[in-house]
Amino acid sequence: MQDDALKTADAPAHSHEEEGHHPTVRGYITIAIILGIITLIEFGVFYLEFNRLLFILVFIVLSGVKFAIVIMYYMHLKFDDILFSRLFLGGLAIAAAALFALLALFQLLGT
Amino acid sequence: MAQVAATHHPEEHPTNTGLDNRKLAMWAFLGSECLFFGTFISTYLVYRNQSLVGPYPADVIDVPVTTVSTFVLLMSSFMMVMTLYSIRRGDNRGFRVWVLGTALLGSVFLGFQVFEFREFYVHYGLSPTTNLFGTSFFILTGFHGAHVTGGVIWLVSLFGQNLNGSLTQKDSLRVEIAGLYWHFVDIVWIIIFTLVYLLGANDAPPGAEASDGHAMFSQLVSQVPFV
Repeated sequence: MQDDALKTADAPAHSHEEEGHHPTVRGYITIAIILGIITLIEFGVFYLEFNRLLFILVFIVLSGVKFAIVIMYYMHLKFDDILFSRLFLGGLAIAAAALFALLALFQLLGT
Repeated sequence: MAQVAATHHPEEHPTNTGLDNRKLAMWAFLGSECLFFGTFISTYLVYRNQSLVGPYPADVIDVPVTTVSTFVLLMSSFMMVMTLYSIRRGDNRGFRVWVLGTALLGSVFLGFQVFEFREFYVHYGLSPTTNLFGTSFFILTGFHGAHVTGGVIWLVSLFGQNLNGSLTQKDSLRVEIAGLYWHFVDIVWIIIFTLVYLLGANDAPPGAEASDGHAMFSQLVSQVPFV
């Protein structure tokens, strides 16, 4: 029944319907401004002095937001097939697991 | 055979998933690249504060300069989506402007990196063989820079293909795939900027004091009334 599953690749011809789901030029500009503002906030926060743990948390959250915005809207993962997300986020999850395993192995977590 | 496609195109071909294999391959590649950079980032963090001799991150890292280069790379990502937007609409002139703009900003970012590497080596004597910080830092940021270089070459080649007519609106997937690679390089830098520069800029062994402009800049900022 493999034939039944065969579909034509969506790729080169991006229909107007598909385009409709993607951000508009205005949307792309807004996203660029948001990314710039977050980077400026990061730069400002860097020179503030407060609790180290909070400091780390703020930077991780801000960079996480930037990361998510780029992959969702600029890489169109939000609008594309779920398989692409699985492939990418699967690799990312394994990388993150390896990172935390190594940090735990070297007793660096929480330091 | 249940073919889903409503429109036919010379490059279209049937696949089990209904997705273009080239795009699927790029996403699989980017998933593997997460592991590639994940190992270098892990190594950097494991070796953090383990250097027995200087210079240490607190001595050399210049956050203001790197913030500018980060901003440049982020804006190149915006230009990349505009590149794809233009080619999908058959706007060749727009495509050429945006793709060259993206490559230019990528080159500016590389210029910042070369400047930084040179500063580290000439003024502080930091090389990949100096200490653990030097080794892990240059490997991580160097491989990222190599990826950016590859991306710039790719973008320039797309510009050339469009110029000679072998890249048109119907080939927009090729631009989309290049764009995915470019945005990936951008998100890797987002992580490096946070972990190495923002969170690691003050790293130094206990007792050692930062001796660079960063400390002076911090002092200066602290004197501004509203900060």
